[in-house]
Amino acid sequence: MSTTEVSPARPAAASGTGPAPARRPRTFAQANRRLKWAMLTPALLFVGLMIVFPLVYTIDLSLTDAFGAVNAGKGYVGLQNFTDALGDTRRFWPAAQRTLVFTLGAVILETVLGLALAMLMRKPFRGMRWVRTVLIIPLLTTPVAIGILWLLILDPTNGIANHLLAGIGLPRQEFLGSVSQSLPTLMLIDVWQWTPMMTLLLLAGLTTLPEEPEEAARVDGANAWQRFRHIVLPMLGPTLATALVLRAVDALKTFDILYATKGAGGGSDFEVETLNVYAYGLTFDYQEYGLAAAVLVLFTLFIIGVVVLLRRRGGRKTA
Amino acid sequence: MSATVSPVPVAAHLRRRTAGSWLRGITIGVVTLVFALPLVWMFAAAFKTNVQVTDPSVGLWFSPTLENFRNIVEAGQILRSMGNSLLVGVVSTVLSAVIAVPAAWAVGRFGMHRTGSLILVARIVPAISLLVPWYYLFAQMGLVGSYTVLILSQMFVSVPLIMWIMISFFAGLPVELEEAARTDGLSAFGAFWRIALPLAAPGTATASLLAFVFSWNNFMFALIFADDRTQTVPVTLFNFISYASTDWGGLMAAATLITVPVVLAAVLGQKYLVAGLTSGATKG
Repeated sequence: MSTTEVSPARPAAASGTGPAPARRPRTFAQANRRLKWAMLTPALLFVGLMIVFPLVYTIDLSLTDAFGAVNAGKGYVGLQNFTDALGDTRRFWPAAQRTLVFTLGAVILETVLGLALAMLMRKPFRGMRWVRTVLIIPLLTTPVAIGILWLLILDPTNGIANHLLAGIGLPRQEFLGSVSQSLPTLMLIDVWQWTPMMTLLLLAGLTTLPEEPEEAARVDGANAWQRFRHIVLPMLGPTLATALVLRAVDALKTFDILYATKGAGGGSDFEVETLNVYAYGLTFDYQEYGLAAAVLVLFTLFIIGVVVLLRRRGGRKTA
Repeated sequence: MSATVSPVPVAAHLRRRTAGSWLRGITIGVVTLVFALPLVWMFAAAFKTNVQVTDPSVGLWFSPTLENFRNIVEAGQILRSMGNSLLVGVVSTVLSAVIAVPAAWAVGRFGMHRTGSLILVARIVPAISLLVPWYYLFAQMGLVGSYTVLILSQMFVSVPLIMWIMISFFAGLPVELEEAARTDGLSAFGAFWRIALPLAAPGTATASLLAFVFSWNNFMFALIFADDRTQTVPVTLFNFISYASTDWGGLMAAATLITVPVVLAAVLGQKYLVAGLTSGATKG
């Protein structure tokens, strides 16, 4: 019964589009346009509601003196919050500087180490699967757990790190316990967590490169370093640029490990307070919503600036 | 072809390669150990007594105890938090996939790269600059502390992530199959539903798994939007530090409980997860 119902329906549907072949591309195009938007609208609405609206709201908030309870009134104060933030040499500028230092230091180390490791792993070897599994674990692990783990490892008196340093005759370090060592230590933790990501990205890029140019250079007598420097590196340029942008954006926004290891304000002396930690504190500890919004607008512009700069640089190199 | 090459240089070439590959193998082994050891240390510490945890001379050889796990489970919060994380992760991931996969197909198939670059914006904007207005809004609606807000805020990460991965996945599928299906009378939507979507199943699974892991790990949103009842695992772990900072064994046991699902996912889905994480990045 059901088969007799279905089988006539099929030729009917086919003949519905069949008799007018000249009209078909147009209806297809129309159907496509309608379908395209039908498929996109939910995502666009979501992005609009959850991202564009909040951004506009943040800009609006940054022009007000909103403070305290969320339903307290607020008045417009013009650019006062921006001049306050930009004139603040005690918290804002040091935080901006730390953000930049942390990002530059961590990302440069991760790129160099990640590239070296990717080159080493380029040719397949036995156990490749296990090495890749080990590499993927740090970047999937909960950052708060990583922070706590390193607090134990780097504990000044009871940690294994100082035990190992003593074993090779080096003096005891304070690591996260000291104001001056905290930021460099957190950079190294970031390097431990994210170098594998760099390696995996660059390894994926390396496997897509054609082998002929290198073979040709080898035949012409170029040594391994020359082949790397003049053949592999330029060809890897686009992947390297994209990996750099992705990692830099995430490093600029680092929050979890900083907050989990050093707490609000980035420690007693604000020693690891980046713009992200600073904005968080302004909002949820001090409830300075207006000022926080201004800092966030500046922070977002800062990140967009870095991305544009990196992309233009990368683009020029690869063009 | 290889017969024209004289046998002597080939042998020398091979010998050099074996020596080189030994050195390479050892280097890769040592580097891998450096990345693995901190987490091995965490797993080991979870099975140590508190005296052993804070004695660095106790290495990896000791008689393991389950005491730490019993203590944190009996303290109550951890299992409930894991349940909360599971709930928020699964619901936000499923909803995000439903929204993001068709959108990714539309962007990938119809070449709407300007719309697609909206996703890049979502990737760049610091989450906290959305958190402030959301908090402002959700607090006025009295929704802070609810699962709804946790799920919605998590979707902000998941929707762009899944779209990011799926656009390059769809772009990698041969368009001919869909075209053939349409010549055979299938509508454009039919081509998506019956041809592209089944082919994209592995990609969707990878993207969803990554979205779930990111949700499981998310700290900042949960710190603000969760209350005692809806708390997720990173927040529970964070709260542990403040009131049980001397209980290193308990802390490591809790961290281990949270990390085990992730490690399992990495071991079982290594190939797919790496493909997911690196997709998009290598194609520009």
